[in-house]
Amino acid sequence: MEYHLNLPADKDEIKKLKIRDVIYVTGKIFTARDEAHHMMLKADKIPFNPSEMALFHCGPLMKKENNKWQVVSAGPTTSSRMEIFEDKFLEKFGTNIIIGKGGMGERTEKALQKFTGVYTAYTGGAGALAADKVEEVLGVYWLEELGMPEAAWIFKVKEFGPLVVAIDSHGKSIYKELKK
Amino acid sequence: MDTVDIEKGIVELIRKAETDLPKDVVESLKKAYEIEEGVAKTQIEAILKNIDLAKKTKRPMCQDTGIQTFFVSVGINFPNINKLKDIIINGVRRGTKEIPLRPNTVDPFTGENHKDNTGDQIPYITWDFVKGSDVHITALPKGGGSENMSKLGMLKPGVGIEGVKDFVVSEMIKAAGNPCPPTVVGVGIGGGADLSLKLGKKALLRPIGKRHEDKKIAKIEEELIKRINDSGIGPMGLGGKTAVLDVHIEKAHRHPASLPVGIAVQCWADRRSHMIIHSDGTWEVK
Repeated sequence: MEYHLNLPADKDEIKKLKIRDVIYVTGKIFTARDEAHHMMLKADKIPFNPSEMALFHCGPLMKKENNKWQVVSAGPTTSSRMEIFEDKFLEKFGTNIIIGKGGMGERTEKALQKFTGVYTAYTGGAGALAADKVEEVLGVYWLEELGMPEAAWIFKVKEFGPLVVAIDSHGKSIYKELKK
Repeated sequence: MDTVDIEKGIVELIRKAETDLPKDVVESLKKAYEIEEGVAKTQIEAILKNIDLAKKTKRPMCQDTGIQTFFVSVGINFPNINKLKDIIINGVRRGTKEIPLRPNTVDPFTGENHKDNTGDQIPYITWDFVKGSDVHITALPKGGGSENMSKLGMLKPGVGIEGVKDFVVSEMIKAAGNPCPPTVVGVGIGGGADLSLKLGKKALLRPIGKRHEDKKIAKIEEELIKRINDSGIGPMGLGGKTAVLDVHIEKAHRHPASLPVGIAVQCWADRRSHMIIHSDGTWEVK
């Protein structure tokens, strides 16, 4: 099945998603890799609201033109590096759509089931295509401390996809199935 | 010799690699598109669309523009050999701003990003000296996701070539979707630990579809392609027929007690470009 979702997606919309469905999302997404996960888990207060956005495992290539940030290339980074953080992250921030590549493990799988979320795969390396779906860069946090790839970037996206539902909220995972 | 002009040539060399995938890679991805279906087809389709868009807009196809890696073959009669290293480093700095490239060099102790894609030992340059007066440079920007799936196996010689094959297949199955398949796998066999890995990386320079000239080795390459593809990992590890576009093997003689196997993995964005600098300082990028 193919779905076009506006973010934030509600619980019912997430629940109907099954592995191998393809979704396109419209709304706000934020990027977070290892360092941003670490920082956000430690912080008492976050300067934006992650629960209304999708989480994008991505370290984008950005450029500043006329004092405004633009996305040059922004495909997903390898999600398995975030496995050590993700269950706590989902619990703390209530994010229910993860966008990444390469898959995640059992801890995340269980957390997605518990907190009703999905992990979706965006084609790795398709950075130019992804950048094309970003309408606006809404902000950036921790750019000085973490540098361009590791900072948290907030993007407004339109029809961002195709995203393949690879782990759903019912405990099913494409990666787990293929391992057998 | 106008060194600034050659620096601009280095920028074009990097730009070409980052924005325009070699024909052999594109053709091989198109073949994969033909045989895949379902989710796997959506992945190859997105890759092909992305390649097109990057080429048209002269933008890096992947946000991970890699660690800048160069293989330089210097003609010993080239007049300005002593300036080549600085030319390459300055070209990388210039390219970081002009193309642009993602700043990808981080100090392992402080975590500080050097912001211009240079740093200790980086760009990573491999030098080779040959007869003649031209300089040939091949750029191979190397992304982190695929590099993280590199493997070194110090196998027991008793396991033989069958053991080598099993090691490569099982490591690639373990890597699954992480290195952005369909990948190109370079396998270095023999030498010592470092040489086997180096040979693995050098093997990535060979065009897709080109077999090793030793027929026995060529046959092993074909067997490995089949076994890894038959695992069903598929594009992006989401299942399908194409997990590798090619497997290239290079070998060195080994110590009687050692059987080193170095695996270097390249994502589908098998970015390569080539530059020739002539002795009068003129250059061309292919």
